[in-house]
Amino acid sequence: MAGASTSSGAKAAFVLIGKRLASSLLTLLLVSVTIFVIAQLLPGDAAQEALGQSATVEQVAALRHEMGLDRPAPVRYISWLGGMVSGDPGQSLVANMPVSEVISSRLPNSLLLAALTALVAVPVALAIGIGSAMNRGGRIDRALNITTLSMVAVPEFLVATIAVLIFSVKLRWLPSIALVSDEMSWGDYLRGAAMPILCLSIVVIAQMARMTRAAVIDQMDRPYVEMAVLKGVAPVQVVLKHIMPNAIAPIVNAMALSLSYLLGGAVIVETIFNYPGLASLMVNAVTSRDMPLLQACAMIFCAAYLILMLIADVTAILANPRLRAQ
Amino acid sequence: MMARSIKGAKALPLSGKVGLALVLFWLVAALVGPMLAPYPVGAFVAYDVFDGSSSAHWLGSDYLGRDVLSRLLWGARYTVALAAAAAFLASATGTALALTAAVGGAKVDEPLSRFMDMLISIPSKIFSLVLVAAFGSSLPLLLLIAAITYVPGNYRIARALAVNLTQMDYVQVARARGEGRLHIAIAEILPNMIHPLLADFGLRFVFIVLLLSGLSFLGLGVQPPDADLGSLVRENISGLGEGALAILAPAIAIATLTVGVNLLIDAIGVSGTGRGKRK
Amino acid sequence: MTQAFHVEVKDLRVTARNARGEAFPIVSDIDFALKRGEVLALIGESGSGKTTIALTLLGHARPGATIAGGSIRVGDADITQLDAKALAQLRGNRIAYIAQSAASAFNPSRTIMDQVVEPALIHDLMLRDKAEAKAVELFRALALPFPDTIGSRYPHQLSGGQLQRLMAAMALITDPELVILDEPTTALDVTTQIEVLRAFKAVVLERGATAIYVSHDLAVVAQMADQIVVLQQGRIREAGAADQVLHRPAGDYTKTLMAAARPAIRPAPMRIDVPAAPLLEIRGVTAGYGRIGKDGLPRVPVLRDINLTIERGGTLGVIGESGSGKSTIARVIAGLLPPATGQVLLDGEPLPPGLKGRSREQFRRVQLVFQNADTALNPAHSVGQILERPLAFYAGLKGNAAHMRVLELMDLIRLPVSLIDRNIGGLSGGQKQRVNLARALAADPQLILCDEVTSALDTVVGAAILDLMADLRRELGIATMFISHDISTVRAICDDILVLYSGTMVEMGPRAAFQSAPFHPYTDLLIGSVPEMRAGWLEESHAGRKPPLIGASGEHPDLCRFLPRCAARVDGLCNVTPPPRHPLGKADGMSSHILCHHGDESLIPS
Repeated sequence: MAGASTSSGAKAAFVLIGKRLASSLLTLLLVSVTIFVIAQLLPGDAAQEALGQSATVEQVAALRHEMGLDRPAPVRYISWLGGMVSGDPGQSLVANMPVSEVISSRLPNSLLLAALTALVAVPVALAIGIGSAMNRGGRIDRALNITTLSMVAVPEFLVATIAVLIFSVKLRWLPSIALVSDEMSWGDYLRGAAMPILCLSIVVIAQMARMTRAAVIDQMDRPYVEMAVLKGVAPVQVVLKHIMPNAIAPIVNAMALSLSYLLGGAVIVETIFNYPGLASLMVNAVTSRDMPLLQACAMIFCAAYLILMLIADVTAILANPRLRAQ
Repeated sequence: MMARSIKGAKALPLSGKVGLALVLFWLVAALVGPMLAPYPVGAFVAYDVFDGSSSAHWLGSDYLGRDVLSRLLWGARYTVALAAAAAFLASATGTALALTAAVGGAKVDEPLSRFMDMLISIPSKIFSLVLVAAFGSSLPLLLLIAAITYVPGNYRIARALAVNLTQMDYVQVARARGEGRLHIAIAEILPNMIHPLLADFGLRFVFIVLLLSGLSFLGLGVQPPDADLGSLVRENISGLGEGALAILAPAIAIATLTVGVNLLIDAIGVSGTGRGKRK
Repeated sequence: MTQAFHVEVKDLRVTARNARGEAFPIVSDIDFALKRGEVLALIGESGSGKTTIALTLLGHARPGATIAGGSIRVGDADITQLDAKALAQLRGNRIAYIAQSAASAFNPSRTIMDQVVEPALIHDLMLRDKAEAKAVELFRALALPFPDTIGSRYPHQLSGGQLQRLMAAMALITDPELVILDEPTTALDVTTQIEVLRAFKAVVLERGATAIYVSHDLAVVAQMADQIVVLQQGRIREAGAADQVLHRPAGDYTKTLMAAARPAIRPAPMRIDVPAAPLLEIRGVTAGYGRIGKDGLPRVPVLRDINLTIERGGTLGVIGESGSGKSTIARVIAGLLPPATGQVLLDGEPLPPGLKGRSREQFRRVQLVFQNADTALNPAHSVGQILERPLAFYAGLKGNAAHMRVLELMDLIRLPVSLIDRNIGGLSGGQKQRVNLARALAADPQLILCDEVTSALDTVVGAAILDLMADLRRELGIATMFISHDISTVRAICDDILVLYSGTMVEMGPRAAFQSAPFHPYTDLLIGSVPEMRAGWLEESHAGRKPPLIGASGEHPDLCRFLPRCAARVDGLCNVTPPPRHPLGKADGMSSHILCHHGDESLIPS
């Protein structure tokens, strides 16, 4: 009986995860339509933009034809989407080289920055979140609450400015500009990227710690926690063995949300420190109205967000016996 | 009403009082600040650039030798007014749509919620960047862009609240009494959402302040000669290396505004009728 | 072992803090003592402090409360003097706790076995395999199904009654010397309650553990307790041997409690000359949730083939356990759930199935009163606003006329006029339920659908509401559909009674038919499961015993739904042929109709 229910439960979870995956793909497709449509609303078009005001009507028309802009919108959308999927999202108008090349020079930097920040931020945030939940209402909890509450509302450029003032101007420990290149050693890279990592961590830790605390506290008031205490389970074990299995899904969800912020939200930190990441590339694309590049960047960020949310949801499915074993 | 507000303010914990004071300070600054500005906003009045604090220029001078305090008071008006208007627009739109979905049945709810779910999976900064690229960044457009960016978030929260409330027995009783959908949405559901919606409005306001100053900081937001607090940080970025007051002051101004709102919302949530106190 | 008492509580005082941080007592001057192996019951209504006291024996106070004074001794342990670590060593080891709602007291993410053996493991009392073996043995003793494998299940896969018994297994795994049972059967249906009580009595009490049993139900306590302590607002009102407190109560409060526990018969109003058409008639209604399939049944059917009538001014009681579909009948009549098939007729005219198409007049004539006044009244509105709305909506009454009518209504339901501008949050439970009732009356209806209107209230408050309703019925001649899970209440106040089981009508008839056997086997189980206020009832009652073995049923949807639990089932008949509906012959036309293969002779208890 037990064996049968487990295998059918695994199957149910599998189906659920499959459905969730399909819905993510559908959402991504709809996102691509939305981004494409918004990009089409640009007054004037790329051909006009590229040639400038002095171009003749014929020149513009010729370029439009060459760029395929005279085709109907749905056709252009399909060909753009096809390009995105096959790894060729077109030609960057400003850099005058394939978007894929521009992006591939930046994407690893962004991923590395995000990964290192996550490595610092996740354990710290978990410790703060769980610690202040266990100390609920106490002094440490209230102090941490005010601190994290303030940190989530502080603009990144203030954090960055203060960090520069302390570490570069006063202490002269770290460079205020993150010079990063392929030939650098790990030590040099870490020194260069330390300030961006620090600034991103501060903001992200505050977010994650707050959501972790909320998730743990949400469980603390449940009768099963009181029951565990009345069974004589020690406080630390109550959290680890009783609360965590139930809080893991919302915590992972909080982590995923915060990490998705690391990719797109790094815009300002990347810009301040001149870190060559994808987000600052996207800002350049906006400034120069380089639509193909912009669309590709936006799609990458949305896809990253959806992947992180998918991971969070799959964790939730696997962590919940109601969903795991029917 | 007035007496009740004062009594409520007194019941706040210290952090809430600090928050309330900061919020009131910036509201007043946005309203009357420009009238109190010691110098015209664009005037070159100091001999030195990036000057420190002095009796003539309390917050020093900026990269062109203009008075930072005067520019800050003007910038605060842009930041507060734009963000408040955008947050209001976002909340009103999101909540109206959410109520429509909640009482409109599956035929309205399903497509609307699907659409909003899709929009919400575009990270807000990325979404606003795409919108800025497409539309540009005049003041009305910025307001609209900030509002559109945060409608889905408000919709999601308001819909969750409203759908929960439609399951309440008193809504069922109203339906069984024969009440129309409009009455149910406005008289039965909406009043019970106000408290969490106000908190959400505060949060959206904070998000939008951060978004708009971020955009301005990147040069994509408020365009010269207009300047909000984010623009002030941007234009003085060259003073970063020397730790100029001209760059710190507006950054701190933004932080006190947003932190103040956050502290206030948090304190009301704990001491007020919201979650927390009640068992 | 020189001490005369095993457990002794002296001068116990528990305080809580108000909004301004001042301490105030929630429980004070509590003294009691019990010998080894005795069972002491703490009884009282909500807010009496009974659970608070029970938890102090584990050295536990809920967040916000503090044990402020007094002494608690269990064996050689002085509970109030122990530190957190020493307390943790006692809890779940020498002193065990059985929580009120097992469904939420089990961790939803861990298997039952994990949680049942946990006390034994954390106190290093035995190795895991030995603990598991002992758990299985306890499962068997507690009459749980599949004792060998039930431990591998998760809480959501089990029923409330099963979880409650599993919680007992968790408490007993360490052979505790003291067991605290906190309203362990309150959340259960009455037919499940009797099974659980029997299991508790057999296993918990007969192992010689001392026990403290918290309950609001005197009749349940009568089955379990040697001593009774009656509490009101944190103080002891009366204490003594169970027999004396139950049968010769000294205190007025105890007498009030006893009186409220036995529902008074409220005489049915004289039936005025019966007009041609009944007020309400339901014909062949089938309803449920989800899409309607090819067979005409919804995907999740709740009600099947319901037929009933309510006369003008009459009272129909609808009774069944949770999930029987009794509330769904009210939803169908009110139009909130359109039936899949069948018709609802008001005054002989068919009502549109859903809300759409009903006229305001049709809405007005049928009013709905929900169980829980906390959720049935909009917390954003004042009492006055709530009562004015139906007046404005149906009668167009505004301004002073509406105000006068509101005052009349408040007078009618005996609510002080000073409460008119009060928000709902500022009313007591009983007051809320009165407003809930008054809102229905404001529509000047012909029929009120009352869904469990007293079950969320304390017994005494609930009895007052029932009195009020009886008066209103007499004065206003309004017909009532009274939905309840409590057959004694229904038998006391209703003219006609409908017994629902799993969405089918198993028995329907006039009140008189429900006073004596024969009954449908399910009705019999329901009536037999209501505890009587005397010791020994639990042992004598035949209700809830294991039914006879029977061959597999053909899974036919029309077979008797009660089959799996029926004590009178007949192999080869009940599991093969759908039951017929036929009258159960009783004298003087007092017969009810039952859905069963059995007839009069075979249903008279031997």
